[in-house]
Parts: sequence; structure tokens; C-alpha cells
Amino acid sequence: MVQALQYFFSGVTVGSVYAIVAIGFNIIYSATGVLNFAQGEFVMLGGMVAITLASFLPVPVAVAVAVAIVTLFGCGLELVFFRRLRSHSVLHMIIITIGLSIVIQELALHVWDEKVRSLPYFTGNEASSVKLVGAALSPQVIWVLGTAGVVVMLLQLFYKRTLYGRAMRACSSNPEAAMLVGINTGNMRTAAFGLSAGLGALAGCVISPISMTHYEMGPGLAIKGFAAAILGGLGNPMAAVAGGLIVGLIEAFSVSVIPSAFKDVAAFAILLAMLFLRPHGLFGCPSGVSVREV
Amino acid sequence: MNTTTRIWPRLAAFAAAAIVIQLSLSAAGKVYYLTQLTMAVYYAIVVMGLSLLMGYAGQVSLGQGAFFAIGGYTSAFLTTHNMAGYRGAVWFDLLDKCGVIVSRKNLYDDTLVLTVAPWLAFIMAILLTVVIAAVIGYPSLRLRGHYLAMATLGFGLIIHCILIGSPALGAADGITGVPGLSVGGLAVSGKSAVRVQNYYIAWAVAIAVLVLLRNLVESRMGRALRAIHDSEAAASAMGVNTPKLKLEVFMVSAALAAMAGSLLTHYNEGIGPSESSAFKSVRYLALVAAGGMANLEGALVVSTLLVFLSLRGWFGTYDNAVFGIILIAIVALAPQGPFRQLGLWMNRYRSLYKPGKEARGGAS
Repeated sequence: MVQALQYFFSGVTVGSVYAIVAIGFNIIYSATGVLNFAQGEFVMLGGMVAITLASFLPVPVAVAVAVAIVTLFGCGLELVFFRRLRSHSVLHMIIITIGLSIVIQELALHVWDEKVRSLPYFTGNEASSVKLVGAALSPQVIWVLGTAGVVVMLLQLFYKRTLYGRAMRACSSNPEAAMLVGINTGNMRTAAFGLSAGLGALAGCVISPISMTHYEMGPGLAIKGFAAAILGGLGNPMAAVAGGLIVGLIEAFSVSVIPSAFKDVAAFAILLAMLFLRPHGLFGCPSGVSVREV
Repeated sequence: MNTTTRIWPRLAAFAAAAIVIQLSLSAAGKVYYLTQLTMAVYYAIVVMGLSLLMGYAGQVSLGQGAFFAIGGYTSAFLTTHNMAGYRGAVWFDLLDKCGVIVSRKNLYDDTLVLTVAPWLAFIMAILLTVVIAAVIGYPSLRLRGHYLAMATLGFGLIIHCILIGSPALGAADGITGVPGLSVGGLAVSGKSAVRVQNYYIAWAVAIAVLVLLRNLVESRMGRALRAIHDSEAAASAMGVNTPKLKLEVFMVSAALAAMAGSLLTHYNEGIGPSESSAFKSVRYLALVAAGGMANLEGALVVSTLLVFLSLRGWFGTYDNAVFGIILIAIVALAPQGPFRQLGLWMNRYRSLYKPGKEARGGAS
């Protein structure tokens, strides 16, 4: 029982990181129609920049500055690569984000080398633990869950209550109409990239003490985050949270059934099963989503 | 697009270039360059297969590395797995009677090693890969664009995890000690005595594949493929059986990847799980883009050259970065492929000096 609870919490922890990555996918996809294969790289960059800054700044400041830097980096990517290439085909978009993913990884490799690093624990240390209904948790797990919860709520408020958030939603549902009412759709797309990158960086910072930061961590995270986004239904950020938690839980519990070397296979198998059987997601409706031919 | 280019002059040029390269390397005393060239030519076969799928039919696959690895591992496993313990079993005796079991002495302790004959393993490798491609391609190819890319990437990662996690397949070390593949006096093997011969075998296979694919894309099937690339709905409406055709092309490209994987495994006398990594699949994608997407000769030339340089270590620690930059640069600067873009620029340059004559752009 306690073991199951332990699995549950570890699943929810990684699941909330997948959820944030999935939300990042959603933000960019709905604003620009680009599925950003480099999404995992934002998480990696966030962790790496924060670790570097933390060597001479207090951790909270380092995290804040890292998130700001990666946000700007995300905006920069949109301005340099995607703004000019809007007329390109899907094939070209796929190719360019894959290329970016590799180049960012290689840059990280040359800037930070291939060592596995981590931020210090936000509170306590690796030995301290919090008892929660019988399971022993690292205080960092609370930080991860708390951050994910706050992010989701703030994002919801942003989209529903603020003018800027509403404008962004208008852009994704109908760019031409949004343009007609005076929204600068180009800037909205840049903002979407920035927001998505910033969220990814934040996730990269809070997860760093537990699961470490490594220059190669991006693609694995991206594909699991994508699995979460598909599970929830692409274009629905809140359903992505549920998707993320499901992927995290299945992955955590799969360890008790199959060898841990095959842990990743479980997540990828869910992705394939979802794509093949219900590409519109668990909560989406089949109509209006044109992911399939025929 | 000019589809009726005569192919024979180009083939002659390829053959002549291959011979000149071999002769000049031998004359310069740098025969060992041929080893990496041979490997590069095998990788180019994978790229030509992907060019057919991506450039002509417009379907992305990030699973080519996995198909390559399935082919290579099948060959490696069947030709190294000792079946001496099965002697006496009915199926084993039957296989033995058919003459498809070969025996050799273990190098270290002189025990008898009985394995499947390499030529049969080669055929099985291709067949197995084609079956897997059909199973995975049937549902995947109903997806479009980003979703197809993600599905094939997910499939590739699953294969990668399985190869790394299976002790029977050597886990992280892969399989070594794979014997050569010899058919009628020709041997695909890494022995330095047959280095020159193997260089020509690789080129012969690559040119045969090129001829085959050229004929395919200039046939009725090729026109149907280009119709799918431009608009799947329109192709469907014109009576093209799009799901069937896409699946067939997917299987052909997987078969070519498996063939190259199997041959290269025999040539390298082994294979490791890194062949199935996402980086490898992305590298094939970059090479197709660098070759000009729907350009088989371009794919052959560019990938042979770039893979050769990469294997020689020219790019140093920037090996992966080079391929990433190629992907970005091609899309940002020359979405039509480097050769056609070069032609466009040259036309524009010429038209500056010939007033009254419009710069002619290549048809997209």
C-alpha cells in the first residue's frame, strides 16, 4: 500500500512536469500551428541557466532570471525563424524545429559539457523528507506539485480574464478575425513562443534537484510531453494537465510490471496507441480536428 | 520538374567517379579512406529510400534509423546466435537439410558454432523489417504532418529502448563478431584484403537502388506519389489509392534501410544500439533535405560526401550540430534544395546582365 502510494507520488511528480511541457506544446501549437519539437530544450535550458546563475546568485533569483532569459530566447526563436517562414509547409516546419532542437542541444553540450548537474534543493536537502499519508516525499516534490498547480491556475486566469490572454485565444481560433479587430497577430505569436519557453524553463528549474539536468534531456521530455498533449487532445491546455498526470502515473506504475530499462517504452506505447486509436485525445471530439487523412 | 532526364549518362558519370576516386586513393596510398566511403555509400542507400518517401510522397519518417537497426540486428543475431543446442529438434534438422545452416569453429575454445547462413539472414532481415513497417505504417500513415512525424519518432524510440534494454541483443554493447556475407565469390566483409572489392560492391548496390527508384518515380506510381505530395485529397479524387500507395512506399523505404543495415552490419562485423537513436533518424532527414528532397542523385552524392566527412571526423565534436544546422539552413535559405536554389540564384545573377530577359524560377 505504502509502495503504491510512493509510486503514485513519483508518477504525479514527473506527470506534472510532462503536463507543463504539454501546455507549452499547446500554447505554441494553437497560436502558430507549429508543433515545436524543440519544446524539451526549453526545459533543459531553464535548468542549465539557473544552475549557472545559482553559483553566484541566491536560488530564487537565479530561477527568476533563468526563466526570463529563456522566455526572451523563445521570443527570439520566433522572430528569427518562424516569422519569416510562415508560408512554409508543415514538412518544413517539422524540419526546422528538429534542426533547432539538435543545435540547441549541441550548444548546451559545448557551453555546459556533458556532466549531469542539478540545482540545490529549494528547501531542505536530499536527505530531508516530508511524511504525507504514509509516503515519504522529498520537499522538492511539494515544490514541483505546487508550481505546476499555480502555473495552471495563473494560465487559466490569464486566458480567461486578461485582455492579452483573450487576444491570444482570439488569434488561435481565427487569426484573420483577430487581425480585423486590431490584434497584432505577429506579436501574439512571438508572445506565445515566449510564454511557452518560460513555462518550460520554470519546469526545468523545479525538477532539476530531483531528476537532474542534462544536455540530452530535451527530446525524451518533449516526446512524453507530446504524448500528454495528445492524450488530453491538442489545443486544450487544461486537458493536457490530465494527460500529463496519466502519462506520469502509467510510467511510474509500469516499473512494478516491466523492467525499469523499458520504462520509457510504456510512455511511447501510450503515445502510439493514442495516435492510432484516438488522435483527437481522450477529451476532444473527433469532428473539427483534421489530424487524419481520409 | 523535368522527369524525363536520361539516366544512363548520369549512371556512367557515377561509375566513372567511383572508379576515379578508387584509383586516385590507391595511387595516393590512402586506401583506408575506402572503408569510410563504403560505409557512407551504404548510409546513402537509406537516404535514397527516405527521399522517395519524404521528397516524392511528402510523408515524414523519423523511424528510418529503427528500420536500419532492425535489419542490422536481425542479420547480426541470426548469424551469431549459436543454435548447436537445438540439434536433434525437427525444425533444426529440416533447416540443416535445406542447407541454410552454416558451421564454424569458435575462435577461443574450438567449440562448434551453428548459425543461420548469412544470405538467408539477409533475406529474413529485409522481410522482418517490411512486415514491421507494414504493421506500424498502416495506422501511422493515416496521420498527417506533425502527427506522423511524432508517431514514427515514438516507434523509433521504442525500438531504441528495446535494443538497449535486451541482454539477448547485447544491450548497450550491441552484437559483434558478425561473419561476412559471401555470395558467389563476392564477400561483404570488413577484411582489408577485400576492401577495394567491397567499395565496388557498395557502389553497385547503391547504383542498382538508384536505377530502381528512378524507374519507380518516373512510372505511373511516381506521378501518383507526386500527386499525393501536392494534395492528397485531389490525388484521391483522381482515383489514386492513397493509403495503399503511401504504405507501399513506406515499406520500400523501410526495406532499403534494412538492406543497408544488414549489409553494413556484415561489413562492420557488428552493430550497436546507437544506430537506432533519434539522432541517426534525424541525420537521414537532414541528408534528404540537403540532397534536395525529391532528388535521388542529390541524396546519393550529398549523403555519401557528408557521411564520409562525418566518419572521418571532420566535424569533430560538432558532428550532430552540423546536421542540425543543415536542417535549419536548408529550410530557411533554400527550401527547394541546394541545387535548385543555386540555379535560381545563378539565373537571377545572369538576368541582371541581360536586360529584357526575365529570371526563370524553377517550378516548385
